[in-house]
Amino acid sequence: MQAGELITTDQQGRSGSETDIQQAYSVLEDVMDPEVPVVSVMDLGIVRDVSWLDGHLYVVVTPTYSGCPATEYIETAIRDALQDAGFSRPKVSQRLAPAWTTDWITKQGRNRLKAYGIAPPVGSSSKRSLLSGITQVECPNCGSEDTEQLSEFGSTACKSLYRCKSCLEPFDYFKCI
Amino acid sequence: MTKYDELTEFLLRLGDSALIQAQRLCELTGRAPALEEEMGMMNVGLDLVGQARNWYEYAAERINDGTDADTLAFRRDERAFRNLLLVEQPNGDFAVTMTKQFFYDAWQFHLLTMLKGANDERIAAIAAKSLKEVTYHLRRSSQWVERLGDGTEESHQRMEKAVDVVWRFTFELVEKNGAELALSESGNIPALTELPEKWLATVNEVFAKATLTVPDAPSTFYLSARTGMHTEHLGMLLAEMQFLQRAYPDASW
Repeated sequence: MQAGELITTDQQGRSGSETDIQQAYSVLEDVMDPEVPVVSVMDLGIVRDVSWLDGHLYVVVTPTYSGCPATEYIETAIRDALQDAGFSRPKVSQRLAPAWTTDWITKQGRNRLKAYGIAPPVGSSSKRSLLSGITQVECPNCGSEDTEQLSEFGSTACKSLYRCKSCLEPFDYFKCI
Repeated sequence: MTKYDELTEFLLRLGDSALIQAQRLCELTGRAPALEEEMGMMNVGLDLVGQARNWYEYAAERINDGTDADTLAFRRDERAFRNLLLVEQPNGDFAVTMTKQFFYDAWQFHLLTMLKGANDERIAAIAAKSLKEVTYHLRRSSQWVERLGDGTEESHQRMEKAVDVVWRFTFELVEKNGAELALSESGNIPALTELPEKWLATVNEVFAKATLTVPDAPSTFYLSARTGMHTEHLGMLLAEMQFLQRAYPDASW
């Protein structure tokens, strides 16, 4: 808890309605991931709850990777976007459990990743698929399944580096986690 | 020297090991043998910094005297660090780097698997989250141990040498100790009695594929991370890691 949070209502504090929550969700649809600017925080499934408490809008997010440098940026972006939309001093808090999984990425999110040139996670994040490491990844550029992994880790911790043996293009694969 | 309660000490042990391992990996920026491996090591390091932060934030809340995660990382001296002796060892060549990483990953993997079931909800949450990342770390380092051990004559020899260099520090991964026993008796964490066997089983399995010999169990020696008695390498590492915060206290980006 940070200083100031003990004050549970601010001057502009008011009660929220169902419409406010819906409006907040639609604002969040437009808060994009800074590294993959085509997927929103809603697409990534990191927004776990939006509620109204003591005159504030509360957003609960579950961080992706422990060390992801985008986490703090995203939290600020969420606060700014909500404030711009007229919510007074919105609050963002983190929830660690259950841990974020790529299974929460929406269908729209997966399609957007692919259109951006990043292969979306294949299959589920079950322990078996994580340990075996055998994944058939489809090339997001030409759709070929004749691809190979170049490196377990790609440009960020959430991605692996692959190469398509058909169109010869390298590409990022968003790993299952 | 401040002595914290057992749970806080345990959290610092986890956080410090993750942070120091991350710092060693980050020393390789611009020096890794291949670009892809450099990215891999930096990404593993980044995960570990995040994990350390999660452990530190919990520890700082328990210490509750204004200490925060940054204070724990950047304002403590060598004797206050509780990291494994293994992770503070110099990187050496790529064989040493990967051997250390593999020993540490295998230990983390089994430890976090157990801690995922902790009654302490915060520990369980951090463990469950970290385990997903560590699973990838272990997969990568196991594959490198296999590839180098069962590779060329030179890579095999260098792996044998690497094992020889760092093996003696693995006693800390397999020692049974009172503090964790007390924590499991008080119900905070599950019993970690099977951790040494599980760690060794993973080492045996990967070394068999890598055609490497598993040495005899190392014996305890006078240094111990639990009491803050470190090898001479930690001081140099901290000097570099903490320089900025110490030269410019409270500096921020």
